[in-house]
Amino acid sequence: MTDNPDELERLRKIQGGDVRTASRLIRNLEDNLPEAKTAIRQIFPHTGRAHVVGFTGAPGAGKSTLVDAMISVFRKQSKTVGVLAVDPTSPFTGGAILGDRVRMQAHAEDPGVFVRSLATRGALGGLSRAVGDAVHVMDAMGKEIIMVETVGAGQQEVDIINHSHTVIVVLIPGMGDEIQAIKAGMMEIADIFVINKADRDGAGQLENELISMLNMVSEFPGGWRPPIMTIGNLFDAAAFREDVEKLADAVGDHYRCLVETGLLADRLRRKTVMEIHDALHDAILSPILTELTQSGEMDRITKRILQKESDPYTIADEIAGKYARDGKRNRMIN
Amino acid sequence: MRKLRILIAKVGLDGHDRGAKSVAVGLRDAGMEVIYTGIRQTAEAVVSIAVQEDVDAIGISSLAGAHMTMFPKVVRLLQEKGAKDIQVFGGGIIPKNDITELNKMGVGKIFLPGTKISDVVAYLKEAFPN
Ligand SMILES: Nc1nc2c(ncn2[C@@H]2O[C@H](COP(=O)(O)OP(=O)(O)O)[C@@H](O)[C@H]2O)c(=O)[nH]1
Ligand SMILES: [Mg+2]
Repeated sequence: MTDNPDELERLRKIQGGDVRTASRLIRNLEDNLPEAKTAIRQIFPHTGRAHVVGFTGAPGAGKSTLVDAMISVFRKQSKTVGVLAVDPTSPFTGGAILGDRVRMQAHAEDPGVFVRSLATRGALGGLSRAVGDAVHVMDAMGKEIIMVETVGAGQQEVDIINHSHTVIVVLIPGMGDEIQAIKAGMMEIADIFVINKADRDGAGQLENELISMLNMVSEFPGGWRPPIMTIGNLFDAAAFREDVEKLADAVGDHYRCLVETGLLADRLRRKTVMEIHDALHDAILSPILTELTQSGEMDRITKRILQKESDPYTIADEIAGKYARDGKRNRMIN
Repeated sequence: MRKLRILIAKVGLDGHDRGAKSVAVGLRDAGMEVIYTGIRQTAEAVVSIAVQEDVDAIGISSLAGAHMTMFPKVVRLLQEKGAKDIQVFGGGIIPKNDITELNKMGVGKIFLPGTKISDVVAYLKEAFPN
């Protein structure tokens, strides 16, 4: 793929699990540096072994706490673990406080665990744009389980399904809008439901509502009916650990189901299609938008539309036509 | 554009992290990404987290008087991990003589209680111009 010695060295280091190199690469991906894209091309052939598990659910539902507990279970099974934890970027300042690690302190010094916090940097959908590639980096490092925690800010958090093989939707009793969120699309993305903090009032009712919603589904892909796992109070340590171990078992069962039914291949295809979309966006649309903005053309177009001399669709056709022509011309020159 | 990433850590045994938290908020408001780790961190954990998060700098808040062991240890562990480009700075009630001593060991600026957040922001922006 490459014969550049620096690039080969970087690839070798990442495959050897070198955290510093991997983390720098993830940062370069976040910062959208062109060299990071080159690195991903080299890494790509060495990915595809990890089981990626997504966690979504409202802020405060206990996602980070659960991820922490799941790390312990997977480590006991001697599996290596990567975690990508996403928190929101402030739309006003561009800054972010990334605090998911507070719940994962116990694993800070375990070399078998690599936790990386990411800010959304304006991405909608509960993740960061770099998440997909960051998963590839951890995968190439040899992490066997990669857990991705979303922001949990709302009902549009369906991106997680494009990045994970198993999606866990974390709910807590007594938040009336949980069921609304599920109706608004969370239902379709869940492979496993967790009723967290199940020692609270309303856990039984939430479970019943989930069951009756699942009962209305006529057919589950691959015959997998999402199980509902209840997880009790964190501070009842022994029982909590047992509940989390059951959740880890369910995660393993789901992966086996994906493999056996061929659904895994479907999920990989879905992720690939999305990656093609993103890559095309970067390759085609981004340069056009940058050029329009830098040349001042964007301002002129905006003014024309505001003055009703044109409309966005006509303008888009014009621009598309112009770039398609230019593209053809470039091809003939080459 | 390069976005600054700063780890804010609270070491030592006291469980008081109001200062560390307000620095975290101030840096966020200045557009930085702040990794906040919670209280009672060991030097080993701080360094491990700094490497995992690829931060530019580590701000250590130390109130419990452990600064003369903690700061040098973090600097030394960073060196051992091949990460000495990560700048260490700090805040807390630290005597002037000790600050001089720490600076000699490679620790960056130490902010005393009462420092304005804007001073910390200015310090970091100057240390890491984009
Ligand atoms: N009572 C109770 N509190 C919990 C439980 N799990 C997490 N918490 C608390 O809920 C809060 C939010 O947890 P966190 O994991 O950060 O939630 P996240 O925002 O979904 O990642 C923290 O204060 C946790 O200590 C639980 O099982 N029972
Ligand atoms: Mg969290």
